[in-house]
Amino acid sequence: MRSQGTTGLAPDNNRRKGFVGMKNVLTGMLGVAALALTASVASAGTLDDVKAKGFVQCGVNTGLAGFAAPNDKGEWSGFDVDYCKALAAAIFGDASKVKYTPTTAKERFTALQSGEVDVLIRNTTQTLSRDTALGFDFAGVNYYDGQGFMINAKHLAGVNSALQLSGASVCVQTGTTTELNLADFFKANKMEYNPVVFEKLEEVNAAYDSGRCDVYTTDQSGLYAIRLTLASPDDHVVLPEIISKEPLGPVVRQGDSQWADIVKWTHYALLTAEELGITQANVEEMKASGGPAVKRVLGEEPDTKLGTDLGLTNDWVVNIIKAVGNYGEIFERNVGAGSPLKIARGINAQWTKGGLQYALPIR
Amino acid sequence: MAVGDLSYVRTEMSPAEKPPRGEHGLAAWLKKNLFASPGDSILTVVGLLLVAAILPPFVRWAFLDAAWVGADRSVCSTVVQGGIQPEGWSGACWPFVKAKFELFMFGRYPIDERWRVILVGILFVALLVPLLMPRAPRKGLNALLFFIVFPVVAFVLLVGGWFGLEHVETSLWGGLLVTLVISYVGISVSLPLGVLLALGRRSKLPVLKMLSVIFIEAVRGVPLVTVLFMASVMLPLFLPPGTTFDKLLRALIGVALFASAYMAEVIRGGLQAIPKGQYEGADSLGLGYWQKMGLIILPQALKLVIPGIVNTFIGLFKDTSLVSIIGMFDLLGIVRQAFSDTNWASPQTPMTGLVFAGFIFWIFCFGMSRYSIYTEKRLDTGHRK
Repeated sequence: MRSQGTTGLAPDNNRRKGFVGMKNVLTGMLGVAALALTASVASAGTLDDVKAKGFVQCGVNTGLAGFAAPNDKGEWSGFDVDYCKALAAAIFGDASKVKYTPTTAKERFTALQSGEVDVLIRNTTQTLSRDTALGFDFAGVNYYDGQGFMINAKHLAGVNSALQLSGASVCVQTGTTTELNLADFFKANKMEYNPVVFEKLEEVNAAYDSGRCDVYTTDQSGLYAIRLTLASPDDHVVLPEIISKEPLGPVVRQGDSQWADIVKWTHYALLTAEELGITQANVEEMKASGGPAVKRVLGEEPDTKLGTDLGLTNDWVVNIIKAVGNYGEIFERNVGAGSPLKIARGINAQWTKGGLQYALPIR
Repeated sequence: MAVGDLSYVRTEMSPAEKPPRGEHGLAAWLKKNLFASPGDSILTVVGLLLVAAILPPFVRWAFLDAAWVGADRSVCSTVVQGGIQPEGWSGACWPFVKAKFELFMFGRYPIDERWRVILVGILFVALLVPLLMPRAPRKGLNALLFFIVFPVVAFVLLVGGWFGLEHVETSLWGGLLVTLVISYVGISVSLPLGVLLALGRRSKLPVLKMLSVIFIEAVRGVPLVTVLFMASVMLPLFLPPGTTFDKLLRALIGVALFASAYMAEVIRGGLQAIPKGQYEGADSLGLGYWQKMGLIILPQALKLVIPGIVNTFIGLFKDTSLVSIIGMFDLLGIVRQAFSDTNWASPQTPMTGLVFAGFIFWIFCFGMSRYSIYTEKRLDTGHRK
């Protein structure tokens, strides 16, 4: 399994299952415990708890390039971290009122179930069993990811589709669902392959870079991060095929709809702001001069109750955007063109631009 | 007749002759130490070749070609990698270590409060150094300060919450700070507890003996990783909701108990090596159990197992890296975490970070090992065969 927190540019694949063998046992145990716990924890009212203690306790990854990593000063930054800040801004009007708990893939669910964290914003793949057996609620998809392939175009000239990879040797980390997806894909397409498995991500990177295997497979966001550490990144191309669906997003405990609503609508507020052209720079201006839709979202409509009904103040969206900007700004700053990763928006573009990000209307 | 009258008797020693040719000088030294036999010659040549193969590239990578100043990944990557270095460049990325140095030392400990950590560090060194020097006076007071007063002061300073000091959660601690805290607690708990467990295991009281055996065997039989993992993943589920059991405390308890069990077995080895006559001699003097152990047996037994004890300490020091599996960041953990900062991600960053972490670990372990050799020599009272 991928050792979280120890691998630098690790795309986080154990969020999917981690110990493949131990999964069922653990899931069962956690499920039982979750049943016992969710009732008491959730009924406390997470929003009231958060307001009482004065900060949001946010579970993040122990270190994932572009999504959550401490900077030189030790402050957390990244795509997921900005979501934590947005949540704090929505509740307190102050993005600094958030504390981070770095969680490994193994302990993240316990941390949420036991109430150690209020929300888990840690590139967790949303699946049915996690929604049901583990007793969680998913609050929107903030990043659509999927497993992809990267090849060295110099070694495999002319290959432009994963379907041409028959007979290739594939570098993959052992014990992850990445490995299982890989096997499924090659079997389904009746192709042969030769897996080259490693325990640690650094080893996979080194093996791929030194040419011990032709193909590298992991999540697409991870492939971009790995390109930064390759000796000659321009020789490597990411193939278009995506062989698994990895919808990532914030997770909360089941049974506290108010809290789940706040997390979910914070995500939609970020998307809506982008859709309406509200940015960190122009939010004050838009408050005064924007059209009716903008004014409604920013809580400027007379007698609006959108924010207070949510348990927040009516200027909650203004606070969020002032703190972290809209979805597009968060994306570009952390993983997009404004960052070394330079990940294209792709399917994470707004629905109006052919992507999958579709905010439910704030009205 | 005076001795001096005999003119043919020398009155002073004749000057020493030089050793015969072939017994002194560089050539002789080489022959004696490096090329004494064909086997030695082969080993010498192979060794020299290995050094020649490894050292120059390493020096070139770590010093000559290394990047020394810079603000982000561009100074550590070549043009095609999005940086400024020429094609084919390979060198250490020291600006990365420089930029992250404080992170590696203190973790995410608040910047304004780091003087507290530094103060604790100064106190630690100021108390430890005289304790390690045999000639420094007032050993008793020094030990009392180091093992009883210092932990309390360090706790108050590091955790805070008293005397107007801001409270700093242990989740913000990291880097070398965590490594040293865990090692200090592990070492200072495991030695006394290990002695007690070893004595318990050799005790004639059946209940005490059984409890010691069960503890030692149970703890030694489970991997540390499992204990940490259980403490981190399962324990919170059994506690009342909302109760958080400090992660660092979990790690401290786990590591300390672990080291104690290993230490007990090391010390038991020493106890078994003491001849029966020593026990009987102590008995015949009418000494009680604790007098017998404290005055006769343990001083000899502990001296015998110094290498084993230090071995356990060094193992413990390096085992602190395992806490990264429960989301805590010791020195190695935080160095590896820093690789995920996209500002510094480059092909050279991981290697540089790992070399740095390895060097810091090596300094501490080498220090412990040299001190143990020094102590062994000092306490050598002629039992060597």
